[in-house]
Amino acid sequence: MSVLLFTTLIFETSLFAGLLGALTGLGGGVVIVPALVLLFKVDLRYAIGASLVTVIATSSGAAAAYVKEGLSNIRIGMFLEVATTLGALLGAYLTAKISSHFIAILFGAVLLYSAYASFRGRTRDKLITKETPLATSLQLSGTYPTPDGPERYHAQHVPLGFGIMFGAGTLSGLLGIGSGAVKVLAMDQAMGLPFKVSTTTSNFMIGVTAAASAGIYLARGYIDAGIAMPVMLGVLMGSMIGSKLALQR
Amino acid sequence: MRTITDKEMELSIAGMLRFGVSLSAVLVFVGGVLYLRHPWLTAPTYGRFVAESEPLRGIAAVLRGALHLDAKSVIELGILLLIATPIVRVAFCIVGFARQKDRLYVLISTAVFAILIYSFIQGGR
Repeated sequence: MSVLLFTTLIFETSLFAGLLGALTGLGGGVVIVPALVLLFKVDLRYAIGASLVTVIATSSGAAAAYVKEGLSNIRIGMFLEVATTLGALLGAYLTAKISSHFIAILFGAVLLYSAYASFRGRTRDKLITKETPLATSLQLSGTYPTPDGPERYHAQHVPLGFGIMFGAGTLSGLLGIGSGAVKVLAMDQAMGLPFKVSTTTSNFMIGVTAAASAGIYLARGYIDAGIAMPVMLGVLMGSMIGSKLALQR
Repeated sequence: MRTITDKEMELSIAGMLRFGVSLSAVLVFVGGVLYLRHPWLTAPTYGRFVAESEPLRGIAAVLRGALHLDAKSVIELGILLLIATPIVRVAFCIVGFARQKDRLYVLISTAVFAILIYSFIQGGR
């Protein structure tokens, strides 16, 4: 296959993956990795390397739109990034220790969970407003607009949320994905934050988490320019079109 | 220096993120055009992982290559810039929290920044 044909096919597939990722809320990474491995017989390590680069691009690109809504919580995000970045370092380190076979199985499980979570959607309407000493000293609270005016929320179960975030970071570093679904699980389910606050804050965190494993991926040679280039440009363009379409619905 | 609100901080961060991603996408695109200068060469096979023998590795080497319009180096420069974008974002937060005199969050952001720099140095060596 010529370089031109190969690059074009990868670009088109990535465009479609980005579109699908944005429309379903799964994210581009979780779609493009299996596509590269199964359709193009790309080694899993090159696939997760290209995907990780893409994850940084799409989440940073989308952050601008989310900030306008004013729902993401910068302190909760930063505090939990301590957990996700440490987890990401561990995950990136583990990619060299664990067999590709096991990584593929884990990938399937995360993909299924993400699909389940994205179709389940929001689960709780009632805000929990109980203050906990830990959340108060860490300023893990904020206000959220409701039909009856702005209401204050406070993070619950902070250690549990922090722990799940560490796991989300590990998965991100191990699989080269944003693992947004697991981040939302930690904030929405465990910490009882409003759903919209969870999703927008999660998006804000994804880029920083991915950057933590990217350095190690670079050192190992997982990020190959020839394959990362069409994947990044394709997914970025696809998810931009996808989020425009999603807004029009 | 006057203090800034969280909202203003996030807006300046969002602008920076958009700039970083756009610039990096342009670099990767230009590198891609250069990469396809010889479109009929056989594509490399990615079916088997080979740890890069000739390393990207080293920011100086990438910069040198990019100045000579070496296609892969231009793409890699774009990728390095992309990875640097969230790191700069965290640095923005350190400054923002410092202006709000929020010492706890200056400390927390600095911890995240240190983890990111550690990883980046690993890769950029």
